[in-house]
Amino acid sequence: MNQYLSPIAASLPPSGIRRFFDLASTMKNVISLGVGEPDFVTPWTVRESGIFSLEQGQTMYTSNSGLIELRQALSWNMGKKLGLEYNPKNEILVTVGASEAVDLAMRALLGPGDAALIPDPAYVSYGPCAALAGAEVHYVPTRAEEDFRLRVEDLERAYTPNTKVLVLSYPNNPTGAIMTWEDYQPIAKFVQDHDLIVLADEIYSDLTYSGNHTAFASLPNMRNRTLHINGFSKSYAMTGWRIGYVAGHPDIIQAMTRIHQYTMLCAPITAQVAALEALRSAEQSMQDMVATYDRRRRLMVHGFRKIGLSCFEPLGAFYTFPSIKATGLTSEEFAEELLREEKVAVVPGNAFGPSGEGHIRCSYAYSTEQIQEALNRMERFVSKRIK
Amino acid sequence: MLTNDEQKLLELIATDFRMSSDELSIQTGLSKEFIEERIKQWEEEKIIAQYCPLINWERTGEPMVTALIDVKVLPQRGYGFDKVARRLQKFPEIKAVYLMSGGYDLSLLIEGKTMQEVALFVAEKLAPLEHVTDTTTHFILRRYKQNGVELLGEEDIPERLVISP
Repeated sequence: MNQYLSPIAASLPPSGIRRFFDLASTMKNVISLGVGEPDFVTPWTVRESGIFSLEQGQTMYTSNSGLIELRQALSWNMGKKLGLEYNPKNEILVTVGASEAVDLAMRALLGPGDAALIPDPAYVSYGPCAALAGAEVHYVPTRAEEDFRLRVEDLERAYTPNTKVLVLSYPNNPTGAIMTWEDYQPIAKFVQDHDLIVLADEIYSDLTYSGNHTAFASLPNMRNRTLHINGFSKSYAMTGWRIGYVAGHPDIIQAMTRIHQYTMLCAPITAQVAALEALRSAEQSMQDMVATYDRRRRLMVHGFRKIGLSCFEPLGAFYTFPSIKATGLTSEEFAEELLREEKVAVVPGNAFGPSGEGHIRCSYAYSTEQIQEALNRMERFVSKRIK
Repeated sequence: MLTNDEQKLLELIATDFRMSSDELSIQTGLSKEFIEERIKQWEEEKIIAQYCPLINWERTGEPMVTALIDVKVLPQRGYGFDKVARRLQKFPEIKAVYLMSGGYDLSLLIEGKTMQEVALFVAEKLAPLEHVTDTTTHFILRRYKQNGVELLGEEDIPERLVISP
């Protein structure tokens, strides 16, 4: 039936993770470091508020933009944590996960003939969402020796006159790289000079381990050029609730809200109620989770370096991105042989773009016991291959 | 007052005291020397009073009962409740002694093999003590959670996908 597919849908490549997922799913006793979600369950106070809202019969649609109480709380929270000011009435849209916000932003901003710049490696959905909007995608390489920070020279090289959108996703999945206020200065100038809109996916903003997160929208003159995309999945361990948000200039938010209203109508009310409770009372739970991630992060980086895999220090998200070049294997060979031989699942770096080749993504959203066991197995595996 | 690093270290030891100073150093980023020096100091100052695992005795099948006892006491001039409390804490059967606000004065936690053993202790040792005017014994029927740990068959956490983006 392929002849019935639209050309865009037919040309969308399957996610690079898919093939590997199918392989890993068939095996038993696998220790996986391959998961991009917290190992914690949503804090009880948050779950309980969702349950209570159902008992109360809160099962209706909300306004397209989301519950006003939630948008007010989001506005306050972004102000307090990131120094961003958004009007809850017309500058914030509650979405079905940050993923929907990415899709809406691409569709609201891009069309055939336009181009988007996307850092490489990066989360898998930016390119396909831009392509679904009909736009061209230009990937901008980042490198381990520069701690996977985005450099303006590479942006200039990838820029074409039809470029309209720049995607920034820091802290970064898969590398764990962050961008500081200083790192962002030349990027902001580049954005201004070329009159771009920035899609800043900062879903990991609460998970940083060295000082406070810098929101790109907080840089001078960047607020109106930036869509700040965020959500509850990573910070509050709420992946399955599918609840996120986007904040930005009212004109763009309004256009996104129109698309949202025709496609999604509104985010699920139970998730919205729970998200509100998360903002009100789960800050301490979240800080405890961040402290736990930080310990595991150190354990994992230390472990990789000890077994001879060079690993830059990731300062955000919950991933390490060690280089496996010393083994002489490609990312896919490494991941596949490791899975078959030692039953450890990691994600090959090239699943996130060509610049990820030579690396593997290992999540530390696992208990220290699991991480230690995986490191032991990997040590056995690597020692046979590094001379 | 503790520094942030000290607080972090002490909280980590409180949740898992079996970690070696090497492991603590790797996971906190603090130097091994700093960690060892602090732990030694805290042990000396009785800030770390004991290293004690939380045992779920119910699961061993060994007989054991625990009671919370409200005790009313006549305070003594010059000593308040201290003298009685210090006397009570000498009994090995009494595992904890707290001075309370509210309707009674001291709260005791007592452990024994059987209810009878605990009841006998209260009747023969505790109630007749000078200055003790009243006792009320509450037996613990079931421990659901202690020291922040859920003790009864923890919910199985649903499994995540093996790999996700």
